[in-house]
Amino acid sequence: MDEAIRCTSEHEWVRAEEGLAVVGLTDYAQSELGDIVYVELPEVGARFEKGEVFGTIESVKSVSDIYSPVSGEVKAVNTELEPHPEFVNQDCYHQGWIVKLEMSDPSELDDLMTDAEYEEFISGGAEE
Amino acid sequence: MPEIKRTQLAAEHERLGGKMVEFGGWWMPVRFAGIVNEHLAVRSSAGLFDVSHMGEILVTGPDALRFTNKLVTNNVERLEPDQAQYTCMCYPTGGIVDDLLVYRLEDGYLLVVNAANIEKDHAWILKNAEGDIQIRNESADYIQVALQGPRAAEILAPLTDARLETIGFYHYALGTVVGMPAIVSRTGYTGEDGFEIYMKGGESEASKLWRAIMERGAAFGLVPVGLGARDTLRLEMGYMLYGNDITQDTTPLEAGLGWVTKLKKGPFIGRDVLLEQKERGLQRSLIAFAVEGRSSPRHGYPLLFNGVPRGEVTSGGFSPSLERGIGMGYLSAEAQAVEGQLAVDVRGKPISASRVSLPFYKQGSHL
Repeated sequence: MDEAIRCTSEHEWVRAEEGLAVVGLTDYAQSELGDIVYVELPEVGARFEKGEVFGTIESVKSVSDIYSPVSGEVKAVNTELEPHPEFVNQDCYHQGWIVKLEMSDPSELDDLMTDAEYEEFISGGAEE
Repeated sequence: MPEIKRTQLAAEHERLGGKMVEFGGWWMPVRFAGIVNEHLAVRSSAGLFDVSHMGEILVTGPDALRFTNKLVTNNVERLEPDQAQYTCMCYPTGGIVDDLLVYRLEDGYLLVVNAANIEKDHAWILKNAEGDIQIRNESADYIQVALQGPRAAEILAPLTDARLETIGFYHYALGTVVGMPAIVSRTGYTGEDGFEIYMKGGESEASKLWRAIMERGAAFGLVPVGLGARDTLRLEMGYMLYGNDITQDTTPLEAGLGWVTKLKKGPFIGRDVLLEQKERGLQRSLIAFAVEGRSSPRHGYPLLFNGVPRGEVTSGGFSPSLERGIGMGYLSAEAQAVEGQLAVDVRGKPISASRVSLPFYKQGSHL
């Protein structure tokens, strides 16, 4: 895993990159979901509050919401996921990124789990 | 909460790293390598499924034929000694108790029922028992595995003394598999050629059987398959899933199972209502459809006709073979009588759908 990322209890990761917050799903999440067949992306320009649903991810078996880890405006979406939703399975931290947000309050990042905290979270019975 | 039941192969699945989930009261693998991977392996080569959670209820005695024929919708009299048939079992209302396979054995009829319905079915059969018959729920004694795919016969042949080339579709042979007595049945839930193998035994027999088949199949690309791919494979064929597509509130005629509902065979439970339903015409029936775009219809999503809800998706999902969303659902007869636009309400968005004929996947090796 990438050391610079922060994670949510809903299994999104966020990484600050060139002033934007890049958001994706964690490796644990993609592995639990299995084969991902569709990622419903938000519109560029849409605004989301921290914790708000901004998209949906469909695996063969299930449908899950994706929550915005921080508040902000969508500056870019990964349109490569439309033909290749499997990128989320294959390379969730890089090629499988989902959106880039312009954060309205970068201090929100501090509330999220560090990589190490997240590892502990998922090993401590995140599965219901 | 009742205890979660384990098949004789549960430990084997855990050893293989299967992702285990509770399904209908059973601790079962939902996937091993991944649903799409397993699905495509069954379509192109072969897959091995543990279906030991299915139930086996044996009806014997001089009146076994008459009683079984009263219980189910298909005509059991038509069964040859080495044959099986697909059928429904109905309530007097015409609603479905379960869908099942009936095997004609030498000494009676073996009813293979859905795992989640074993106790319900057994109680229903006992309640309706009449004549000189014995009813035995042997579900716990049976190991059942399904070897499915175009390479299934090649894989199984050296492991059995049954002459596979002589077993026709929906027929079976008694023989040994890996040296143990078994029913070798040319049936399945995937649309591919393949076998369902029934054997009495515990964990050690089950592991011996499983491992021998896996070892023999390795060179053919045989993979273990979980319930996830079992569901996508059966959906591509338009096969019913009890609890979703058929329930106590749907009849075989509404579900498109008229072909296993022999209204002229004589009295059976539910017949009067089904006859009446046939004469009056159906108020709704199960349709099959494919959707535009990459999202998938899912169980419970509304079916829209000209923008108005006129039914509900009973089974739906992503088809790994067709690489698009497919589904089935009940649509009102009124909506089917006129021209119009079908859509599925996918989380508030209407997604265009077009009706298709079943099966969705038409290249199965055993259709």
